[in-house]
Amino acid sequence: MAKDVLLEIGLEELPARFVDDAETQLKEKTANWLKEQRISYAAISSYSTPRRLAVHITGVAEEQETIEEEAKGPAEKIAKDESGNWTKAAIGFTKGQGKDVSDIYLKEVKGTNYIYVSKVINGKSTDELLPALKSIIESIQFGKNMRWGTQTLRYARPIRWIAALFGNEVISFEVAGVATNNVTYGHRFLGDKVTLNHPNEYKTKLENSYVIVDSGAREKLILEAIEAAELEHGYKIPVDKELLTEVRNLVEYPTLFIGSFEDQYLKLPSEVLITSMKEHQRYFPVKSMKEELLPYFVGIRNGDTNALETVIKGNEKVLRARLSDAAFFYNEDKKHSIDFFQEKLDRVVFQEKLGTIGDKMKRVTGITELLSERLNSVEVLRKNALRTAEICKFDLMTNMVNEFTKLQGIIGEKYARHFGEEEEVSIAIKEHYLPVQANGALPKSEIGAMVSVADKLDTIVGCIAIGLTPTGSQDPYGLRRQALGVMRILEARGWDITLEEMLDFTLQLIKETGIDTNDDLEVKQELHTFFTARASFILKEESVEQDITQAVLHEKIGDVSYTISKAKVLSEKRSEEAFKPVQEALVRLLNLAKEMDATDVDPNLFETDSEKELYNSYQNVKETYNEKKDRKEAKDALDVLSTLSEFIHEFFEHNMVMAEDEQIRANRLALVQKIALLIRDYADLAKIEWKQNF
Amino acid sequence: MNIQEMILTLQKHWSDQNCIIMQAYDVEKGAGTMSPMTLLRSLGPEPWNVAYVEPSRRPDDGRYGENPNRLYQHHQFQVIMKPSPDNIQELYLESLEKLGIDPLKHDIRFVEDNWENPTLGAAGLGWEVWLDGMEITQFTYFQQIGGLEASPVTVELTYGIERLASYIQDKENVFDLEWTNGVTVKDIFFQPEYEHSVYTFEESNTDMLFQLFEMYEQEAKVTMEKGLVFPSYDYVLKCSHTFNLLDAKGVISVTERTGYIGRIRNLARSIAKAYVAERERLGFPMLQKEEK
Repeated sequence: MAKDVLLEIGLEELPARFVDDAETQLKEKTANWLKEQRISYAAISSYSTPRRLAVHITGVAEEQETIEEEAKGPAEKIAKDESGNWTKAAIGFTKGQGKDVSDIYLKEVKGTNYIYVSKVINGKSTDELLPALKSIIESIQFGKNMRWGTQTLRYARPIRWIAALFGNEVISFEVAGVATNNVTYGHRFLGDKVTLNHPNEYKTKLENSYVIVDSGAREKLILEAIEAAELEHGYKIPVDKELLTEVRNLVEYPTLFIGSFEDQYLKLPSEVLITSMKEHQRYFPVKSMKEELLPYFVGIRNGDTNALETVIKGNEKVLRARLSDAAFFYNEDKKHSIDFFQEKLDRVVFQEKLGTIGDKMKRVTGITELLSERLNSVEVLRKNALRTAEICKFDLMTNMVNEFTKLQGIIGEKYARHFGEEEEVSIAIKEHYLPVQANGALPKSEIGAMVSVADKLDTIVGCIAIGLTPTGSQDPYGLRRQALGVMRILEARGWDITLEEMLDFTLQLIKETGIDTNDDLEVKQELHTFFTARASFILKEESVEQDITQAVLHEKIGDVSYTISKAKVLSEKRSEEAFKPVQEALVRLLNLAKEMDATDVDPNLFETDSEKELYNSYQNVKETYNEKKDRKEAKDALDVLSTLSEFIHEFFEHNMVMAEDEQIRANRLALVQKIALLIRDYADLAKIEWKQNF
Repeated sequence: MNIQEMILTLQKHWSDQNCIIMQAYDVEKGAGTMSPMTLLRSLGPEPWNVAYVEPSRRPDDGRYGENPNRLYQHHQFQVIMKPSPDNIQELYLESLEKLGIDPLKHDIRFVEDNWENPTLGAAGLGWEVWLDGMEITQFTYFQQIGGLEASPVTVELTYGIERLASYIQDKENVFDLEWTNGVTVKDIFFQPEYEHSVYTFEESNTDMLFQLFEMYEQEAKVTMEKGLVFPSYDYVLKCSHTFNLLDAKGVISVTERTGYIGRIRNLARSIAKAYVAERERLGFPMLQKEEK
């Protein structure tokens, strides 16, 4: 007969961020174990709160399934002697399997006969096996582990009880000095010690003891309470998914309350209010139907409604203290000037060899200037970009950012406006941090994009030039993320500039400021390798396959947006039937041109029409190709190159490239080489695995 | 309940849990953790249970007695138990009830907080305990002290006395808190708060402090070489406080800062090792006592 299993690990409060993942692990590991052990069951449910992780398995068989297994022995010619009798090898094998030679049968495997025996493995009883749940408990992984008391087990938090039942029997084992029992504990303050007579009492008995063990149910309760509050008061309470998940994993029995703060604090930037509420206190901010912040907040108590006013009063007091600090900082900061904060940047070290943040911002201004020259930015844009580059980090020195670190840039924008900076500059100060995550929002303004790129290039090139290239998981300055940011901005902006050119002028500028950089060639090689890996990553994200990535990045990254377009065009072409003859002609030519020096072609040495025609078409194509390239028309550029294919066909058809006459041979090879250079300028098509045959 | 009664209540409670009730340590320090009664004694295998009030000086937090929440010197009630008892959370919650905090009328939470003190090469995992959203206690299981693995594990509870009192007495301003009948924090601490702020930010003799740092560091090294663990540690504490004074005055740049912290950490690490070695030489007396 089948029975239920319950396993509950009782813990001191787990960090909220570990709860969901640990619950999933417990469920999966248990299911895998049951499968490995051939123990059948009906269903498995998992539960979690900050103080417990649990699984309830219904219909667990009392025995493992019985199975028949085939054991393979030696080959027949080893198992039998010349007279056909079983050898020692055969007897040994059967004995080892607990069988007799009479059980042997033969089976052919790849043309050879082997001896086999078949054996029935009887299932053990489940209750004998269940104590192995111990190792499942011990195998759960957490982001950060600790030890406690005299125990050696490393776990997210101390284990304080374990309830383990098979039917109404306790499954007996011990983890970190804690023996299993049929006892669990309700809510820390509202609940009691709960004895479980059967696994199926688990959910209800705990609910009666003020613990909602199903995290989904807790989330639902919170959401319903929020909706009810919206309806009752005419509020709009935006629910941040991440915060909701955190909050439901901070409580066992959620009860919503609404607190308020003084209207005067609404004068603070809304980001300051929201950060204080959400990140520091885990409250949901409250808005009006018109999306304006209201002086209220929604908190979730771990408990019932008893003395809720006291809880509200306490929470209001804490928030008030935070906001009054923030208001003090806000008013203090605004008494100063941008120069006041800028001066302080000269005293903060950015990196020992790369100097202070002040030094860095002078370089970023220089890079921004070079960039604006290359992009032919109009004067007002250039002026605003330079001003942004100069002052975009001043807010790091304000009290407000010191207190609310995550608001860097956001506070900068507000203060810049307050101190009378141009609107474009103020916005760009905030935007120059973008994208914050590799896939995050990009700067919307041209100035924000320029300064963002300049700031990131300075950090990346600076760090790599002094030997701080990221290795493995070590990337303390976030160079990889910043490089992706640079390329995503370049892709979006489509500026007419190659990445290599920017890297070169950045390195040059860094050297000119007297920083002791490593050998130039080495640094350039490192940068190339580093950025190629990032470019490959971006192309992979765009679903471009490895071989095409190598084809377009074979020499340099070039103009990022154009390179990406080329990769996309080639991805389509690789399986296009009509492109097959084109590709074959171009690749044939590339293969012949491998590792050759470029020499001049002398039209007077042409012997055949096909030679002349190829040369003429090359000259026409070259001109059109460059026009298309300048306009970044990746598809058209390839189409233009494709027109060469029939001439190439003809050329190979009617000419011996390796002609007897040395002069003629050299001339033909020079022609091949010239055309190869042009094709490779687009991509090294020989690196692509063409798939038009399918 | 006034602060004096709070302290007496906590002392009684933890005394009943077999904690030794110590007095504050007589060298300036930034946190109760830095008292040798915590930092050194939590090292090694010997059991150790202790509770004490520790006045903690944070020169950088000085506000001339004008800020309602920040103080140059505040008070911590420190509880140390090694090995950490299995029912430590319950013992702690009982102490709150004795302070008149009825858990059914409040929202008490254990919110993840991992503590680290690079100056002391110390790190631990645990929580900040929230009372209706306010942090009132740091609750930490030490994992590493002075760069050494903590085994068995010590649990440290640090109650912020003024924080807790402002809640219990329902006061917005720390200076309005009642210390004992008719005597407020302001009566006792306003003048020192003001004067220490003036001293720290305006009047301290920077050259002298730099010299003192060097002298204290030197003395810490010399005494340590002679195997005098406790005297050496006193000088480390003096180094730490001197550094805090210099740092608050803003005369230490960011790079130098790392250097100074590194110097103090190196001293703390070698003292931690020397302490354990010395206890071992003495045959871990507290361990033997327990066995008897």
